Amino acid sequence: MNDHIIKVENLVKRFGKLVAVDNISFSVAAGEIFGLLGPNGAGKTTTINILCTLTRPTSGQATIAGLDVVRQQSQVRRLIGLVFQDPSLDERLSGLQNLRFHGLVYGVPAAVREPRMEQLLRMVELWDKRHHKVQTYSGGMKRRLELARGLLHHPKVLFLDEPTLGLDPQTRNRIWEYILELREREGTTIFLTTHYMDEAEKADRIAIIDYGKLIAMDTPEKLKKMVGRDIISVKTDDNDKASTEIKLRYQIEARYDGDGLSFEVANGEEFLPTFLKEFGTRILRVSLRRPSLDDVFLKLTGREIREEEVSDTFRAMIRQHGRRMRR
Amino acid sequence: MNHLRGVYTIWYRDILRFWHDRMRLVGSITFPLLFLFVFGSGLSARMGVLGPGVDFTQFIFPGIIGMTVLMSSFMAGVSVVWDREFGFLKEVLVAPISRAAVAAGKTLGSATIALLQGMVILLFAPLIGVSLSVGTVLTLLPLMFLLAVSLGSLGVLMATRIRSMEAFQAAMQMLMFPMVFLSGAFFPVQGLPTWMNVLVKVNPATYGITPIRQVVLGADPSSPYAISLFGQTLTIWNEVAMLAIFGITMILLAIWSFGNQE
Ligand SMILES: Nc1ncnc2c1ncn2[C@@H]1O[C@H](COP(=O)(O)OP(=O)(O)OP(=O)(O)O)[C@@H](O)[C@H]1O
Ligand SMILES: [Mg+2]
Repeated sequence: MNDHIIKVENLVKRFGKLVAVDNISFSVAAGEIFGLLGPNGAGKTTTINILCTLTRPTSGQATIAGLDVVRQQSQVRRLIGLVFQDPSLDERLSGLQNLRFHGLVYGVPAAVREPRMEQLLRMVELWDKRHHKVQTYSGGMKRRLELARGLLHHPKVLFLDEPTLGLDPQTRNRIWEYILELREREGTTIFLTTHYMDEAEKADRIAIIDYGKLIAMDTPEKLKKMVGRDIISVKTDDNDKASTEIKLRYQIEARYDGDGLSFEVANGEEFLPTFLKEFGTRILRVSLRRPSLDDVFLKLTGREIREEEVSDTFRAMIRQHGRRMRR
Repeated sequence: MNHLRGVYTIWYRDILRFWHDRMRLVGSITFPLLFLFVFGSGLSARMGVLGPGVDFTQFIFPGIIGMTVLMSSFMAGVSVVWDREFGFLKEVLVAPISRAAVAAGKTLGSATIALLQGMVILLFAPLIGVSLSVGTVLTLLPLMFLLAVSLGSLGVLMATRIRSMEAFQAAMQMLMFPMVFLSGAFFPVQGLPTWMNVLVKVNPATYGITPIRQVVLGADPSSPYAISLFGQTLTIWNEVAMLAIFGITMILLAIWSFGNQE
């Protein structure tokens, strides 16, 4: 895990006066799942576009497996796979033809390509629809096809720009199972953006970007610790007595909370077993709530990530119906 | 090797799309055939003889072939703009094939389709009393192909700079029709008013359509189909060379411009 497959140093991208990416630096280890989080317009897609050679940075440097994304574009392109935020399929061709085209441009030999196409289409449950034109697919089916396509040529680094946008929960789960398996089996590095906090939790490390600047980068665990402590809610046969005892034993002030008590501890998972042993059968109910990534996001950006969900649905709608609106 | 694979794949996809959409073939030859038969039949009697034993319909026939090829080859540009609009261009641009291969593949794809459409028009020759030998057809194919590749590259070049479909189509119409009308496709180019003569002579399509006519109707330098430049009557080879220079310039510009776009 020590060799860094993605290295970004002082990366800047300006669009006229707008600084879309503002001097960011980070690196991603081989085999890592790295999540880039941030509100709309924060610069996530722009960062990915630079890393995948589609956009030239204004200044700064980025390398993938030691290859410069500006000067060694074609070698970089061979190593990466992409699922774009916006649709990128040929709707006039069938699902199978889209995959075959991809296999051809990436030079995957037919003997490898054809079986793998089948395997991937079965995984995303589009095998039965493989001869249908993509035009006739639903939004979710198109997304699944794009994902299958991104995996066809065994990329070393897979960029996923909001890969599960607009997908139903079952499909999201299945895709995540596959992503995790892929990392396990082939050591693929995964660079991902998402607005879903439960997905972000699956990342090994998360970077939060806002107005083009990186404002935090760590494991989900540590980020959550940064914003606050774990909250334990407990109901006992005698709350008053328990409250006094908690104060005596742990020097913690408990609050009355509904029909029980709640109090904060630094490390809930370690605290809970001791607590249970000492209070034993007097506990009627106990729960541990940890600060979520939502709390982290809110604290760091001043915006709630859930606000994005409305616009997510809206954008999913545009993806399916209004493609000519976009340029 | 890599380049060839890229060119082939891009070409293959455009052909595949065309094949899915075969009705396009019918649509795109309707207009030229209307021109040929309506204008031809309507005007032939009045126009009399335009060359040795050649009536108006027969005179414009090679022009119609040229027009069909020219209009169809611009589709290379449409296809690039279309791909950009629908997002597919990104899939192509992040793939490990060179931008030059993409530009070349697009041009060759539309040139192939243009050639096919030109050949369909050729099938109508017997109907208007033009006899074509196998040798004539085999000479025509490379001429049509050169015209198609030259103008297809121009289309791709335009598509790298004009990003919206509406704007591209407007620009294309603005260029395509003057190119067809001022190429001598529909009238002999001798004795034209000076302004028109200049426009005809700077129009690259002239050097694509004139040799097609000379191959179909006769290449005698004294025939009324020849064109002259600075007092010199051009041979077919001269014309082909002019078009080739234009074509190569366009291909190089298209490749360069394609590689430089974001
Ligand atoms: N081609 C462009 N020209 C001009 N401005 C651009 C361009 N692409 C992006 N921007 C601007 O750069 C900023 C960052 O955009 P980017 O697409 O990277 O955001 P994002 O983090 O991916 O947002 P989202 O969550 O909405 O996808 C935005 O303000 C956007 O308007
Ligand atoms: Mg984005």
